[in-house]
Amino acid sequence: MNKREGRLAKQNRLRQHLLSTPYVLWSIGFIVLPLLMIVYYGLTSRDGGGFTLENLKLIWEPTHRATLWLSIKLSVISTIICLLIAYPLALALRALRLKSNGFVILLFMLPMWMNFLLRTIAWQNILEKNGVINMLLSAVGLPKLNIINTPTAIVLGMVYDFLPFMIIPIYNVLSKIGDDVIQAAADLGANYFQILWRVILPLSKPGIVSGLTMVFVPSLTTFVISDILGGGNILLIGKVIEQKFKMANDWNAGCGLSLVLMVFIFICMAIVQKYDKDSEGTSVW
Amino acid sequence: MVKRLIQKGYIGLVIVFLYAPILVLMVLSFNGSKYRSKWGGFTFKWYRELLENEKILNALWTTLLLALFSALLATVLGTLAAVAMNRMKKLPKAIMMSITNIPILNSEIVIGISMMLLYFAISFSLGFTSVLLALTAAHMPYVILNVLPKLRQTSRSTYEAALDLGASPISAFFKIVLPDIFPGVLSGFMLAFTLALDDFVITHFTKDAKVSTLSTVIYAETRRGIEPEIYALSTIMFTAVLVLLIVVNRMKAGAAKKLAEQQK
Amino acid sequence: MKKSLLVGALVLGAAMVLGGCGKEYKNGEVVVYNWGEYINEDVIEMFEEEYDIEVVYDEFTENEDMYPIVSIGEVNYDVVCPSDYMVNRMIKEGLLAELNYDNIPNIKNIDPKYLKSAESFDPGNKYAVPYCWGTVGILYNKTMVDEPITSWSAIFDEKYKDEILMIDSVRDGMGIALKYLGYSMNTTDEAQLEEAKELLISQRPFVQGYFVDEVRNKMIGEEAALGVIYSGEAIYTQRENSDLEYVVPEEGSNVWIDGWVIPKNAKNKENAEKWINFMCREDIALMNFEEITYSTPNAAARELIEDADIKNSTIAFPDEETLNRCEAFQYLGETEEVYLEKWNEMKTTQN
Repeated sequence: MNKREGRLAKQNRLRQHLLSTPYVLWSIGFIVLPLLMIVYYGLTSRDGGGFTLENLKLIWEPTHRATLWLSIKLSVISTIICLLIAYPLALALRALRLKSNGFVILLFMLPMWMNFLLRTIAWQNILEKNGVINMLLSAVGLPKLNIINTPTAIVLGMVYDFLPFMIIPIYNVLSKIGDDVIQAAADLGANYFQILWRVILPLSKPGIVSGLTMVFVPSLTTFVISDILGGGNILLIGKVIEQKFKMANDWNAGCGLSLVLMVFIFICMAIVQKYDKDSEGTSVW
Repeated sequence: MVKRLIQKGYIGLVIVFLYAPILVLMVLSFNGSKYRSKWGGFTFKWYRELLENEKILNALWTTLLLALFSALLATVLGTLAAVAMNRMKKLPKAIMMSITNIPILNSEIVIGISMMLLYFAISFSLGFTSVLLALTAAHMPYVILNVLPKLRQTSRSTYEAALDLGASPISAFFKIVLPDIFPGVLSGFMLAFTLALDDFVITHFTKDAKVSTLSTVIYAETRRGIEPEIYALSTIMFTAVLVLLIVVNRMKAGAAKKLAEQQK
Repeated sequence: MKKSLLVGALVLGAAMVLGGCGKEYKNGEVVVYNWGEYINEDVIEMFEEEYDIEVVYDEFTENEDMYPIVSIGEVNYDVVCPSDYMVNRMIKEGLLAELNYDNIPNIKNIDPKYLKSAESFDPGNKYAVPYCWGTVGILYNKTMVDEPITSWSAIFDEKYKDEILMIDSVRDGMGIALKYLGYSMNTTDEAQLEEAKELLISQRPFVQGYFVDEVRNKMIGEEAALGVIYSGEAIYTQRENSDLEYVVPEEGSNVWIDGWVIPKNAKNKENAEKWINFMCREDIALMNFEEITYSTPNAAARELIEDADIKNSTIAFPDEETLNRCEAFQYLGETEEVYLEKWNEMKTTQN
């Protein structure tokens, strides 16, 4: 290494520090400190303030286990459905070769600018016994569907609310894949499905991982959808945590359960990212 | 040809799915009855009353300011953070990435309450700024999550070539890297904006009595029934953005066409 | 360039909003924290003009949303309107300031019978002045049931499978089961709570859904035959759908009172008392009642109601005999968690 390169490397490191310091400071202030508060509450007992694991063990209570299991089931189903809808959609959008990315993003983001609660309430009008779907069905002489207040309605609500979070990151990476890559594969004799499976899919993994995270996590912790569309028939883990804070006023228990849920999600994400070889290990695990 | 038709049909179907409830909201804004389950005849009443409803208009203004500024802050900081993280060595990068994920993984009530406790601990008084910072912190990870995949797709060699040719790192970033990752930055901004526009829980815990947003107004109203003025407002907002979107898109398409003709 | 102009304009606008461009008030401010849509908004302006006090008006969705905000005390509210059991809890936790009744002469307008019933959660009426009150009962659609409903038994009856909208609130839901079984709504006896839970589990297959706010809309839209609802909603829903009827079941029910209280950390206590006094003035109470249709404890205001149907409505103003069957909630401390546990066990039981 000559002198000049050494100086450049030094400059680079300095620049690197200048670039990363603000975010490191910010994350200590706004992410790590609040997190430490959650950890503190989660690991101390409510009345004495002494160290305890009781709050974490709460997750093993039969009711909590049942709610966690149900939440996982529903959010996994919703996430898979979102992926199955979003991937072909992103492919189709890519095939349109639109000049501006912004238009597509806005088109799928715009519905979310209307208040989430209002949109969920509006779904009731569509799904209810005397709702829009059933009115259309009976107008053509078909039997009425019973969707409202069932788990199906909850899954539908989750898919509706979080689908854009899946579409956008996948579309983003797909739109970046050059035609030359695909052309090259075609020239080498690959058919459409081989190209899709061997070329496009591997290249779009980062987008899929982002999408999976952004759909799975909120659908695991939500409960408003279940309250409104599911008729409150099903208790989800997000609701239990909320109750601990609000009804029971037991912040320690609420923080403890949140911690368990957080670790669980971290593990899930680590597993997903294992499949994303390009990510160079973006997570500690 | 058939394939294209199927593609377009599928896109259309998803769009119908996403916009269906908004159509319901629009219909409700013309409903004479205050209740969503009963049709009370066609009326413009709620639009007139909206113009006089200071509470809602104030909330709208605050919401827009909060969403815009928190999204801008989150985008600038988040993009810088993503660039910095992309260049980090494996271990620090992994640690920062895990920290970044935390706000996404937490339920909102935990973020909200822990933020309130933090403000309380450092006796930072609540108000517009406290909500702004909390929203920025909560939504910045989404920007990072959108920018990072794009950065990974970008080749580092172009950027280095620019440096070798004597460009300063800053101008190399703006001229080479940013255009490449811009779609990710844009969608990160849109996500942060969208999430902030809709946030209730974090705002609830970090605001003082003087700050009220559309979400806090709407949630407070659920107990007694949502004022139909809110439906009217949603309809106006939606139509305005949609029209703007179409006009801008048309203009762009027109400009592109002109350019193509000139080049001929 | 255009973009930066836009941003500039927004910044300027923000500065204007934050800087405040309103008028000056001589007598300071009062920070009010009330339920959403729970006041006639003209009343706020009248207060500002008459007293030259600025009203900072904020709203909450439920008691449990308000509680952590007030108890941590990061924001200083001057006057808050919680429900009975929450008042009880805040008193027990020392969060409230005693009222100075010298500043609230209009307390004379409040019917003594409500002050007496408020003593169950606020002994001696030291901390709270009743604002609105009501009962919990069954709203039913006359055309969809076989006979007039008089008992809670209807919502536990297989006959109405999928036609029942149960209330999605722990204390209310458990309370109804307890009342139906003949126990107190404030019981701390675990065996009784267990029995109530079993009853609610047996009810589960018949219930279409558990709701709080949506019962109103669903009953108007004839989505179900029976729904558990607060009396204040009943008058309104009847206007929209005349087939609906409200009843307080014979086994008794919950009577609730929302009252004005002043938190200990209030900065403008005297202004808060002026506010409470203003709310108790008969014409103001009447304006509020006509806007929100929740029953007023203000006897003088009731006298002023012109519409005889409403003035004598048994929904808005149930007779003494009905009220004697009803109970107000008290804050039960640790037992509240047992209620929550039982309710959640019921919710996670699959039958």
